[in-house]
Amino acid sequence: MKLLEYEGKDIFETYKIPIQARFGVVRIGDSIESVKLDGPGPWVVKAQVLTGGRGKAGGVKIARTKEETHTYINNMLGMKIITHQTHGTALTVEEVLVETACVPEREIYISVVLDRKEAVPMIIASAEGGMSIEELARTKPECIIKMPVDVNTGLLDFQARELAFALKIPWHNFRDFTAVAKSIAKLFVDYDASLVEINPLAITKDGRLVAVDAKIVTDDNALFRHKDLEAKPDHESSEIEKEAKAIGINYIGLDGTIGCMVNGAGLAMATLDTVKLAGGSAANFLDVGGGANVEQITKAFQIILKDSKVKAILVNIFGGIMKCDNIAQGIAEATKKIKLHVPLVVRLEGTNVKEGKAILKNSGIKLEQADSLWEAAQKAVKAAKN
Amino acid sequence: MSILLNKRSKLAVHGMTGAQGSFHSQLCLEYGCNIVAGITPGKGGTRHLNIPVFNTVKEAVREAGADTSLIFVPPPFAADSILEAAEAGIKVIIAITEGIPVLDMVRVKKHLGRLELEGRGVTLIGPNCPGVITPGECKAGIMPGYIHKKGHIGIVSRSGTLTYEAVWQLTSQDLGQSTVVGIGGDPVQGMNFVDVLKLFEADKDTTAVVMIGEIGGSAEEDAARFIKARMTKPVFAFVAGKTAPPGRRMGHAGAIVEGASGTHASKIAALEKAGATVVENLSHMGETVAAKLKAPGQSRKKQGGETAKRGNKG
Repeated sequence: MKLLEYEGKDIFETYKIPIQARFGVVRIGDSIESVKLDGPGPWVVKAQVLTGGRGKAGGVKIARTKEETHTYINNMLGMKIITHQTHGTALTVEEVLVETACVPEREIYISVVLDRKEAVPMIIASAEGGMSIEELARTKPECIIKMPVDVNTGLLDFQARELAFALKIPWHNFRDFTAVAKSIAKLFVDYDASLVEINPLAITKDGRLVAVDAKIVTDDNALFRHKDLEAKPDHESSEIEKEAKAIGINYIGLDGTIGCMVNGAGLAMATLDTVKLAGGSAANFLDVGGGANVEQITKAFQIILKDSKVKAILVNIFGGIMKCDNIAQGIAEATKKIKLHVPLVVRLEGTNVKEGKAILKNSGIKLEQADSLWEAAQKAVKAAKN
Repeated sequence: MSILLNKRSKLAVHGMTGAQGSFHSQLCLEYGCNIVAGITPGKGGTRHLNIPVFNTVKEAVREAGADTSLIFVPPPFAADSILEAAEAGIKVIIAITEGIPVLDMVRVKKHLGRLELEGRGVTLIGPNCPGVITPGECKAGIMPGYIHKKGHIGIVSRSGTLTYEAVWQLTSQDLGQSTVVGIGGDPVQGMNFVDVLKLFEADKDTTAVVMIGEIGGSAEEDAARFIKARMTKPVFAFVAGKTAPPGRRMGHAGAIVEGASGTHASKIAALEKAGATVVENLSHMGETVAAKLKAPGQSRKKQGGETAKRGNKG
């Protein structure tokens, strides 16, 4: 689960990680008066969207006056943001955060990520903050410092000192920095995070160390032991994706025209690839899971059909433990219930495949069957073009 | 010969009395698997599926001689179950459970690393995997037994149904399998591709290997380096996720592409460079393997001719 900046900063506060004074979060429809600006300014209005690079896309604005702040809030709410990380999709700004603007003297990059190969949380840091770490890894890999974190002991004092020295943290900020480094490592473990990132961690003109941004991504598998996170709204998934998740279907909307229903994540990915090879493109990734009963199959069809781009549906099921005849029964009942208005191509393979195919054939439902994934993909692509 | 499992393997099933454990244990038994114990704390002393149930793994090892664990325990308790097996002296641990928090697996790996240093190393397969099967001998997992056929092709894969698809295509081509290993799709896992490839390379009964990867991480790139440096047996590879949008989680937590690492293109390039036969269209896996192995002298390495003959016998 990905947290928005202000949600991340709420957590930072509890770990005593220094942040700028915040004056509130404004949502679409909120009264602008809910923001009580304080201090001499300048203030900063920041779009709360789950992507990096929002500054360049107009999602971060510095205001000199209260009026200017209000103007930026009004302009930013409802704005569409496209960055290099959104892959062409526009994100709508539904919330903005208002805080005291930070005037940095220096910007540092620091994060904790899971190092898959070493199977440890790893601190990644660089004296060159502000820019994206991917960019830095490409252009100046020698500037990146790594430090493993023991899940049981956290970041040790000497490790935090080593980091501070390597980053040339001024003596004045040294203790604050080591505390921040240890805190984000602890936060990472406490929250079952897969990423905690501060970019930039600034040293301000007046000599303070401040986390200017906050990015936290947590492990969905660990939500059962984080009731506070579980209760938070899911900002990342679309409405359809949320609906699917609620009944154990894994759905991700894509741009193509062929709706796909597959059992198993790997096979589902391979099905999208095969559709592409056949000259079409998939409208979604959908893994019905191992169960795939009538109810789930019905729901899966309904979810696929909510996408108006869908011109044909491809069902690819490898019946393992789930027998093909049961799946065929499920498809037959589901399609009767929802009255499909687009062509349906079904490829069944595995346990009791003969019985399954016979059931589909005798069901009277208008559909095309295929013997291989390749044949199914070609038929679906053709059907979608007609 | 085969790897990891054979007809002498004695299985303890953790969570055997639960719905999943019960269902799949029954199917493993029907396949001819030697399950000697079930583990459910609090149900020790009873019998389930006519197999003795124990409270602890230690008892299952001591009293029933269990040497292999098959884990169906729910995610919050699965990591503990793996460690219990490891501490009890089980040598091969197969964790089927899907959805174990990744930091739990980080702790498990750390613990297993320590056991290794003490000379008590174990082999972990999974979690979030379909398990391991040595066709005709032992099935420890949730894969449908009947799609397999005894033979000489080793398969290693990160995905469940994708593996079944590949196995089925091979079986349909009359190409049997020595052992099929599902290493699972989680970011932190037990055996990786290289670990399994090493075993296949050393196994007398395996003459060729099919490797099925997916986007995310760098396991396929590591495998490519190993294939280039050490593998004498032909390797066929497929990598799923060519068209997956970057940054999104596609079912498997491991299948997230961030930046340039772990992309489909980088994996394919590395595998091709290493001399593996990369199959672009999954539906062509069976026929590609058959064409290469059944045509003596066509294989990448010298062993190709030998491979072909054995492959034919299936």
